[in-house]
Amino acid sequence: MDVDVIVRNAPFIFGGLYLTVQLAVFAIGGGLVLGILLGAARLSRQPWLYYPVSGYVHFFRGLPLLLVIFWLYFLIPVITGRNLNEFAAAVIAFIVYEAAYFSEIVRAGIQSVSRGQRMAGLSSGMTGVQTLRHVILPQALRTMVPSLVTHSVVIFQDTSLAYVIGLREFLRRVNLVDAREARSLELYLFAGLVYFILCSAGTFTGKRLERKNRERKVR
Amino acid sequence: MGLLNYNFDWSVLWRAPYGQMMIQGIFTTVHLSLIAWGLALVLGILIGVLRTQPWVPGRIAGAVYVQVFRNTPFLVHLFFWYYAAPLILPVSGQQWLYDKVPNYAYWAGVAGLGMYTASRVAEQFRSGFSSIPADQYRAAYASGLRTFQVYRWVIIPYGFRLILPTITTEFLTCFKNSALTMTIGVMEITHTAYYIDSFTWHGLETTTAASLVYLTIAWIVIAVMGQVEKRVYIPGQIRKAG
Repeated sequence: MDVDVIVRNAPFIFGGLYLTVQLAVFAIGGGLVLGILLGAARLSRQPWLYYPVSGYVHFFRGLPLLLVIFWLYFLIPVITGRNLNEFAAAVIAFIVYEAAYFSEIVRAGIQSVSRGQRMAGLSSGMTGVQTLRHVILPQALRTMVPSLVTHSVVIFQDTSLAYVIGLREFLRRVNLVDAREARSLELYLFAGLVYFILCSAGTFTGKRLERKNRERKVR
Repeated sequence: MGLLNYNFDWSVLWRAPYGQMMIQGIFTTVHLSLIAWGLALVLGILIGVLRTQPWVPGRIAGAVYVQVFRNTPFLVHLFFWYYAAPLILPVSGQQWLYDKVPNYAYWAGVAGLGMYTASRVAEQFRSGFSSIPADQYRAAYASGLRTFQVYRWVIIPYGFRLILPTITTEFLTCFKNSALTMTIGVMEITHTAYYIDSFTWHGLETTTAASLVYLTIAWIVIAVMGQVEKRVYIPGQIRKAG
């Protein structure tokens, strides 16, 4: 074992971790916003809204994220006629893909709010959208938060896939150091450990929020 | 705009030698995920049993396994199996495996994918086993079965039926994750699509075709499993959504 290889390359590797975190923040934020829109649309009674959005969700849930990254990497330059940098391409792919997953969490969350709440909102003169925004969503968010946190951990792990389009995030940099120094065992164990520590914190938070929710319901 | 001006050339999909490569890629994806799935089921049942037994070291080992896999990216596991695992073998170094096992990347992929999926499957089995009414255990023990027999004849068949819907989802996750083995050089369909692009500059066509392959197989699996679920449905069982 040669732990020194990590110390020597620490600035380089942790620069990659910073990029990973940035990517995760964009992916989670964008995915959540789009996911809420899609989730609400899937509960709509309007067929022109319901069917295309359901198709979207099923389409992306059936594909590997890796393939979606590639696919958009090829497709976006064709549509816009301009080349994208890797970071933007990765962010777009993550938002498009994870929104499909987020929308399912959002849908389940909205459905968990009792129907009386919606009726009360409508009968006090709010429109459907206003009821959703002021009455249903605030309550739904509370039940959704644990699953949102858990899924955010998954997204954080998924950012390592940006590796394939050459983005120099954490895992890519570990890989590059390995190519130069040939210290696979130490480097990949270290990479796994870093991911494990960060993700465990997230998983733990998710579990605790879930328990809190359960206690609140019992009362 | 660009999409109209883009010169689509779908013939890359069947032109020699790319057509044959695409078909081989589809087959590789399918058997890779099936073998990994078999490994995941076996391991998953074992860990699921460990986690529902009173034996404390077993429970701890099972919990550690699941937590480690849940909190690390799959790609790290693949890299570990492909780059690092050959180093810790007792035989002389990395080169040995690469030389002796002609498609080592494939087997590293199977090991990584199987063990990763096992951690997810194990959680499903655990929830399945623990939602079986305690009477079933008692009845099985009371009729004179030993622990192994209880699991073999009562708990595993019962639990399997309970969790079949989620197990289908896990298979699809496994099937989709198989795309990641391209990073260690396995020529499955995603890699093939990308590879052909490097000769023809027609990656959009090949990745679109690859997407359709994934969707088609996923839909077939969902349809088949839907039928299977109907047949193994336990009367009185509350169906889980999803």
